[in-house]
Amino acid sequence: MSGLWPIFKREFVAYFATPLAYVFIVIFLFAMGAFTFYIGNFYQNGVADLSVFFAYHPWLYLFLVPAIAMRLWSEERRSGTIELLLTLPIPVWASVIGKYLAAWAFTGVALVLTFPIWLTVNYLGNPDNGVILAGYVGSFLMAGGYLAIGAAISAATSNQVIAFVVSVVVCFLFTVSGAPLVLDFVRVIAPLPIVTAISSFSFLTHFGAISTGVIDLRDIIFFVSLIALFLAINIVLIDLKKAS
Amino acid sequence: MAPVPHERANPRVQMIEVEGLTKQFGPLAAVAGIDLRVGRGEVLGFLGPNGAGKSTTMKMITGYLSASSGRVRICGQDIESQTIAAQRQIGYLPEGAPAYGDMTPRSFLNFIAEVRGFYGATAKSHIERAIANTELDPVLEQPIETLSKGFKRRVGLAQAILHDPPVLIMDEPTDGLDPNQKHAVRRLIRDMAPKKAIIVSTHLLEEVEAICTRAVIIDRGRIVADGTPYELLTRSRHHNAVSLLLPTVQAELAWARLKSMNDVVSVEQSARPDGLTMLTAFPRQGALLIEDVSALVMAEHWDVRELYAEPGRLEDVFRAVTTHDAARARAQASGANP
Repeated sequence: MSGLWPIFKREFVAYFATPLAYVFIVIFLFAMGAFTFYIGNFYQNGVADLSVFFAYHPWLYLFLVPAIAMRLWSEERRSGTIELLLTLPIPVWASVIGKYLAAWAFTGVALVLTFPIWLTVNYLGNPDNGVILAGYVGSFLMAGGYLAIGAAISAATSNQVIAFVVSVVVCFLFTVSGAPLVLDFVRVIAPLPIVTAISSFSFLTHFGAISTGVIDLRDIIFFVSLIALFLAINIVLIDLKKAS
Repeated sequence: MAPVPHERANPRVQMIEVEGLTKQFGPLAAVAGIDLRVGRGEVLGFLGPNGAGKSTTMKMITGYLSASSGRVRICGQDIESQTIAAQRQIGYLPEGAPAYGDMTPRSFLNFIAEVRGFYGATAKSHIERAIANTELDPVLEQPIETLSKGFKRRVGLAQAILHDPPVLIMDEPTDGLDPNQKHAVRRLIRDMAPKKAIIVSTHLLEEVEAICTRAVIIDRGRIVADGTPYELLTRSRHHNAVSLLLPTVQAELAWARLKSMNDVVSVEQSARPDGLTMLTAFPRQGALLIEDVSALVMAEHWDVRELYAEPGRLEDVFRAVTTHDAARARAQASGANP
């Protein structure tokens, strides 16, 4: 093994060694419930599906995922343990991917803990569980995307607050890049192909497609390649710090 | 000065080879060309003022920082191109002994063992040995962030020696330890020394005399002195200086007689409140004074309370070869090339 597994294990356990994990999970579940039942009018809709539940995922992730990602590298840098980590005989990519996967697995745990709402909807009616499964897969992939962005930004600074704020902004841009807010601005300064390209980066569009139950390979590829891109940026940033 | 082979060192087994190492931080040359060879059995004491480039050099040797130029080889493996293979040979205690504060020493050492590729019984025996050598038993199950500075340092030390590495690099291993703990760490280093190449940075000059077979002083990124502690001591003005303590009433005469001796360059005196005066006679370079001075004392029947020759003081050498903070600041402000 390249050291990826011990890194993953250490990082994953570290979440539960501090209150962070419990605070995050409680807030995540509470907010999910609040959005779904009160703002999304889950009961009043009278439809046995979880579309309102999933509709709020991008917006919750926008703030909660950078909160997980911000400590990934900033914390190592601040406490000096990065010096220990990078002088252990582990390749940089194994550290980057190991830490990332631990954080992603943690968001996965939080997501799985929303199962009562799935039980509820199955109790109330006969939802299409295939669509719900697709929604969960899409949501997990999207969380992975936000997380990869946040992790890369965290690698650039030892200040967690800066890491958090910048991550939220960048994640926001990715979330709404298909919306007029961004596109109207881009249209003024860029030609049409670029506008189309930017709008295709929208998390909302890709996640929206998956959560309707249509698992299109292109949407999967979008999230997977976005994650790969930001992990590569993360590795480069860590390597650059060695040279500076 | 060329490295002098120590009797315990085998100069043919070069475990750490550093050639022309430099590091630029913007316009500042933190390390400006360092050459070092450290063989098995050597304990190299790395000395220098704050900001001289000690830590930066160690960070480059261990592969945490990339060098601007030059090369580092650990047991023949290049730290840039064969990073992982080279890092397997190194045990490293970084400055401040960083460790994951939320872990306990035991879980931290388990993690290190696993990363280093030890499992099961092998891992257990390595961990137990590291714990025993650093006397960590009392705190094994407490989170590292709650430990005292001394225990934190020892956790870092345990981590560094866990895999019994042939090359050991330690940045201020005894910083923050009490005298008993310092003694224990020095004994540990001395015990490990015959089978390893060790670099220790320190601010404590007595530490160099206690454990090092070789001392290297660096200043402004360059090596300014390199030799055994004894060789450096011979460069001290206190080397072979003779001090005698006698009643102040006799001091004036004694001072004049000492001053007139052939090999004496100067005599310093300091009166003490108890009616005694300490006289120190500094010899010409290479001269031995103690025999002549004691003969003189006998002949003159002075009432001498103490009489001894000094081996020399590393502090003298350190201050003579390194620049003071003020001079350093002036040099940097004027843009002079360090």
